[in-house]
Amino acid sequence: MNLSVKIHELDFKNPVLTASGTCGFGEEIADFFDLSLLGGIVVKGTTLKHREGNAYPRMAETPSGMLNAVGLQNKGVDNFISNIYPRIKDLNTHIIVNVNGSTIEDYVALTERLDELEKIPAIELNISCPNVKEGGMAFGISCVSAEAVVKAVRKAYSKTLIVKLSPNVTNISEIAKAVEGQGADSVSLINTLLGMAVNAESRKPVLSTVTGGLSGPAIKPIALRMVWQVYNAVKIPVMGMGGIMNATDALEFMIAGASAIQVGTALFIDPAVPVKIINGISEYMERHKIQSVNEIIGSLQC
Amino acid sequence: MKKTVTDFLLIENKQLNKDNFLLVLQSPVPVSDIFPGQFINVEIKGSPEIFLRRPFSVLNVDYEKQTISLLVKILGRGSKKLTEARLGETINAIFPLGKSFTLPDNQDHILLIGGGSGVAPMLFLSKICQLNPANVTVLIGARSVSDHIDISEYQPYGMFYFTTEDGSLGEKGYVTDHPVFSEQFNRYNKIYACGPDLMMKAIGRKAIDKGIFCEVSLENMMACGFGVCLCCVEDTKTGHKCVCTDGPVFNVNDLKW
Repeated sequence: MNLSVKIHELDFKNPVLTASGTCGFGEEIADFFDLSLLGGIVVKGTTLKHREGNAYPRMAETPSGMLNAVGLQNKGVDNFISNIYPRIKDLNTHIIVNVNGSTIEDYVALTERLDELEKIPAIELNISCPNVKEGGMAFGISCVSAEAVVKAVRKAYSKTLIVKLSPNVTNISEIAKAVEGQGADSVSLINTLLGMAVNAESRKPVLSTVTGGLSGPAIKPIALRMVWQVYNAVKIPVMGMGGIMNATDALEFMIAGASAIQVGTALFIDPAVPVKIINGISEYMERHKIQSVNEIIGSLQC
Repeated sequence: MKKTVTDFLLIENKQLNKDNFLLVLQSPVPVSDIFPGQFINVEIKGSPEIFLRRPFSVLNVDYEKQTISLLVKILGRGSKKLTEARLGETINAIFPLGKSFTLPDNQDHILLIGGGSGVAPMLFLSKICQLNPANVTVLIGARSVSDHIDISEYQPYGMFYFTTEDGSLGEKGYVTDHPVFSEQFNRYNKIYACGPDLMMKAIGRKAIDKGIFCEVSLENMMACGFGVCLCCVEDTKTGHKCVCTDGPVFNVNDLKW
């Protein structure tokens, strides 16, 4: 049985990755399972300079999901390169860095630094973070700005370029086509949906930023729909995510067109869930007599 | 200590008073070392409204019986649902999480102050610190006598004092109104506190003022409990720190109090 998938020129041992912002740098979840079993790890969103992120409270539990407003708290790319990269580069799974910026210049400068790292075979360009005042999602919600940032980063980056798309748009296929046109090797979707929680007793917002990003099973139907739409609109491979809690969810995304999937919020509840998903995909393939996981991708019969 | 996801068996669920329950979870395998202030993140199944795990500090651990005891106070939908669990049910939990209180040395005179469900790690600490009971003072505050839990099991480990807001048990008022706190504070060289934010701040500020070692355990809302979501941050003197991994126990000198 063959579980390996290809994203651009990159071979993944299986289609299961952990999503940025939900697995730290991998080390934080290493107690729970052997990280080398993963297809890949998309590490915490990184910026050129250190960011403190937003004020507490940053989280609200919602039915079948949660809102977060972390705001890209991270210690910056220098810290990543000197302190974290040496510890995680030989984990024997693909380490992908999630790249963020407030300006195109920031994105490019950060990308150039990451291009030099031998054991980082790909970046995920985040043009969809809803929790920062400048940049972030602003780049991902219009074709013009998405094209501009991808074009600039493409010139600066020689390896696999995955662009993470925002669901907070009218037509996600148009954005996907726009970034494909500028040389993106893959698109990953969806980032969180912009949402909000209110405390009726105090008449105050729950989050310090008022709005935040919704994740978890609550957004899965939207994510599936968008993966299917984008799969039908572009030729580059799609990475699907949004509320995947188990192997069945993962398979649904692959059937809708995802070549690989990312597990995010589910890790908060069961940090060992990626292994269960990988095993569940194998069992499904056995049950359906499928030799290669690639036969599942986009196999939706409408 | 390696963190694990464990399926525990609920072997005891006893209502102690109106809002407090004692839950005893039995592990199928030997329990890892767990210390006062560390916590366990419990999955609560059966409702889409309760999506995330709920963190509880540990009241007691019995390595021989492979059990962990939790004091669960009903604060919202999660804790309420957990107290409805039946004996024999499987309770999935991740532990041990977070950093514990700094264990005192033999010659220390310690004051432990617990408010509300914050009493759990204080009782646990009184039990395992192995000091001369004459050097361990425990001050517990609650709204009323009916909110206090029976601590007779812990009586041998220290001198216990109580406050209630209505005067129905011990001194009337808050823990900070009790003579142990208001008059005898300087007798102690280590202060430990867990409870409502305002209580811990009042204690922490006095400790900072007097230059006495003081650790508090914070309860910021968390999603994961093991340092990946970055939601439970406390704004400390050295920036945002995760309460789940950098804490929940902090030295008050590190906080912006």
